[in-house]
Amino acid sequence: MIAPFKEFFIDFQRCIGCQACVAGCAECHTHRGSPMIHVDKVDPAVSPQTVPMLCMHCKVPTCAMVCPADAIKQDENGIVHSSLKPRCISCSNCELACPFGVPIVDQKKQQMQKCDMCFDRTSAGKKPMCATVCPTGALFYGTMEEMKRLRPHSKPINKWRFGKQLVETRVWVMVPLDVEEMVVDWPELLKGVEGPVDFAMKLKERFQLEGFVDPESNEPLPFNMVNDTKDTEAQFL
Amino acid sequence: MHKLVETIRALRHELDGRSLFFATIATLLLAAAIVVGSRNLFDFDSALIGYCFASLFAAFGLVYRYSVWLSKPPTRKYWHRGWQLCFSPRLWKNLRSPRILAEAVTRKIVVQDFIWYRSPQRWLGHFLIAVGCVLAAAITFPLVFGWVHFEQGQIEPTITYIVYVLGFPVRELDVKGAEAWVALHGLIIASFLVIPGVMLAMYRRMVDQGAAAVQRFGRDLLPLILLFAVAFTGLLLWVSYEFLHGYFYSALAQLHAWTVIGTLIYLPFGKLFHIFQRPASLGISYYKAANADKEPAQCPVTKQGFAPKMQTDDLKEVLAELEFDYSGKTDADPAWNEVSPRGRRILIGRAYSKMRHGKFD
Repeated sequence: MIAPFKEFFIDFQRCIGCQACVAGCAECHTHRGSPMIHVDKVDPAVSPQTVPMLCMHCKVPTCAMVCPADAIKQDENGIVHSSLKPRCISCSNCELACPFGVPIVDQKKQQMQKCDMCFDRTSAGKKPMCATVCPTGALFYGTMEEMKRLRPHSKPINKWRFGKQLVETRVWVMVPLDVEEMVVDWPELLKGVEGPVDFAMKLKERFQLEGFVDPESNEPLPFNMVNDTKDTEAQFL
Repeated sequence: MHKLVETIRALRHELDGRSLFFATIATLLLAAAIVVGSRNLFDFDSALIGYCFASLFAAFGLVYRYSVWLSKPPTRKYWHRGWQLCFSPRLWKNLRSPRILAEAVTRKIVVQDFIWYRSPQRWLGHFLIAVGCVLAAAITFPLVFGWVHFEQGQIEPTITYIVYVLGFPVRELDVKGAEAWVALHGLIIASFLVIPGVMLAMYRRMVDQGAAAVQRFGRDLLPLILLFAVAFTGLLLWVSYEFLHGYFYSALAQLHAWTVIGTLIYLPFGKLFHIFQRPASLGISYYKAANADKEPAQCPVTKQGFAPKMQTDDLKEVLAELEFDYSGKTDADPAWNEVSPRGRRILIGRAYSKMRHGKFD
């Protein structure tokens, strides 16, 4: 018997980037061992902001529409599932088309996996892993009434605008009371803000200048202060 | 009567004319091949007529579904690209195209190594079922269609059977010989492959909590039950004639026939359609091989390559066909699918920050 599904809410402003959700996500039985939630640093040069991203379970899922193998299915609860294993051919169309950058394609397994809102747990009446472990309530699973009572200064919306494309989702996102839809105006957003790569390049130059990084080998020098950083920035160094 | 007319009208609306045409042609071609191959039904085994009609129905359904599937914009795109790249002169240099095909067929169709990476137990189960089914199909269909039949050969000094293929005698088998044993027990060998395979799959579906959570009866369990029913009732026939002097044989033969007919009829509708769908994934191998040495599309956010340029371009066309509009404000702007998945997530974070005016309350 499938338990009734509740609503999922994301409150981006509450994310502290602790990655507890990432660790919890990997416990989900439908994709054991590999986390499907993404936590990205947005502009590490200027802000500590992090953004958790899980499947928004679009009402008309772009991933399913662009799947040539017809492998991505939405169930009667509005949950969009990982690719059907006999069909998925790991072409990566879903990965490239998802407006939220969610699906993960494993080329070796020839299979796309994504957040299915912890179907093993939610179908049994439990909360998804990420919502269970999130210490700040950035990820919340419950009823609309609960959410409205808990966060009277924000409101949940499920409409996103990517340029001219309107996307309605099953998952809600918490916004200020006067906002009606999440607008992602990327041509504007691309202007002037440093990306992680620009930032990493700057860091690298600075470390080289200050003698933390050997300019020849690009290896960190002994007694440096960057050795234990396993940050997103460091990945680019 | 009125209701029936309405239903037919509604069906006509729902059915795809082009696919109906292809399915009809395919069914007629198969019927013609049966008539010609069995020498105007001279060699046709009328006891197998039920199997034959079920096969014709399956052929119709499979081609219809395949054709509808191919009409989906992304499928059509990859289908055309696959063929185009397969014959592209660039990939024929040093005979690269046939080498790509040979590797893809070996890995994806024969060995199915991707299932091994999903789980070795799963691979074993699937491999046993796949080999068993291919073996059984290779024996059953030629017999059903009257393309292969056996006739009594000599009686002295040893009894022999003569194998006729399309009406021509091709081989005389000593009934007591090893070759005849293998030929006449092929379906039993197939059962001994399919049954353990089905058991492994069923066991996995019982103990794997992830699989148990998302499986559906019609989609995941029914095909296993059907395969088991076919293999098990087939084995009962063998037990009957080998050990029980044909006890209850005709009833068992009926039972077996119904399980096979049921499976054939189910073929176009359920999970087993992947047998026919899967080979199309060879086109993806060409797509990947053709783009492996090309400059990838660069993400404007992470400034890194993230996908074949051909794919982001194709995807733009497919999205437009599907009436999605993820284009930028001007032509100079990248489309949303020309930003890498990570870049998109970062930009969503920026959009949120902008909406909150850079302050969180």
